[in-house]
This record gives sequence, structure tokens and C-alpha cells, in this order.
Amino acid sequence: MTTERLARLRAALEQELAPTRLDITDESAAHAGHAGAREGGHFRVSLVSAAFRGRPQIERHRMVYAAVAPLLHGDVHALNIRAFTPEEVT
Amino acid sequence: MDIVERIKSELSSSPVVLFMKGTPDFPQCGFSAQTVAALRACGADFKHVNIFEEPELREGLKRYSNWPTYPQLYINGELVGGCDIALEMYRSGDLKRLLDEAHAAA
Repeated sequence: MTTERLARLRAALEQELAPTRLDITDESAAHAGHAGAREGGHFRVSLVSAAFRGRPQIERHRMVYAAVAPLLHGDVHALNIRAFTPEEVT
Repeated sequence: MDIVERIKSELSSSPVVLFMKGTPDFPQCGFSAQTVAALRACGADFKHVNIFEEPELREGLKRYSNWPTYPQLYINGELVGGCDIALEMYRSGDLKRLLDEAHAAA
């Protein structure tokens, strides 16, 4: 189940943002037991995409949330987001 | 009061407003707790709204701000971001600078 969740999250991000690097860590276990954890997983997402060029962090986060919108409140309860342009990681 | 007016009135009530899960002393989510800790480390005065006590506001603010999660930190009525952005700005010193400016202007 967790593997499927991860796969759906990865597919959504790849489709919408075409990241050149995408790391997803499932941190759901660390949050097990609190109310929101029953709704879906906690994930740490780090991604590099040319789509972030010229956009401030707040817009980058909105883009990530928009990409995973269909999964929010289902597979995904919370995200930690780190969003970079290719230039920022070289 | 309609929900957008309600949101605007909350945002104009203080230069720094944190919409969070729980309260600063009893946060009910790790992300809310970390954001409170960053604000306190900057010595900021801030108003909080516990969105668990305000279901209508909780949904309305997500649409208003085009931001689907909590916490949401506002300075001078503008969404600064959620926990990740607040912490990143805390580490860089930008958060304290922005908070100090907001308090100085208030």
C-alpha cells in the first residue's frame, strides 16, 4: 500500500514538473498515531526542475501542491518540499 | 460575516498571523510546532488561529490563499509560506528581518 502511494506520488510529480532529480522519502512512520496520519502519508520531497526557474519558493511549493492535488487528503496528508532549479544544485 | 471578510479581518488584526493546528503552547502537528518555534526564536509577537476550532475558516483560507495545507504564516497580510519556507527563511535570517520590519511598521 505504501509502495503504491509512493508510486502515485512519483508519477504525479514526474508528469507535471518533469524533474531531473526526484527524491521521495516516506516519513509516515514518524507521524503514526496523530489524527492526520490516518488520512494519508507524510512524505519528504526533494526535486530539481527547470520549471522552477524564475519563481520564488512560495510559487514552487504551489506548483508541487498543484501537481499532487488529486492525491492530497487521500494518499498524501503532508509534504515537506525542497524545490530547486538545475542551476541551484550545480 | 462572509468567509473572505472574516479572513481579511483576521489578517488585518495583527502584522503576523499564524494559522495552525492547535495552539502555540499545545501544537497538534509537528509542522505547526516547528513554525511556532521559529517565530519565537525570532522574538516575534504573533497572533494565532487554531484551525481545528474553525472548520469553515480552515477550508475557506485554503481557497483564499491557494495553499492546501497548514500551518500558513502571514506577515502584513501576505502569505509567506508553510513550515518549510518559514524554517528556510529562519535559517537564512530572512524571517527575522521580515518580522522586525513588520513590527517596526506596526
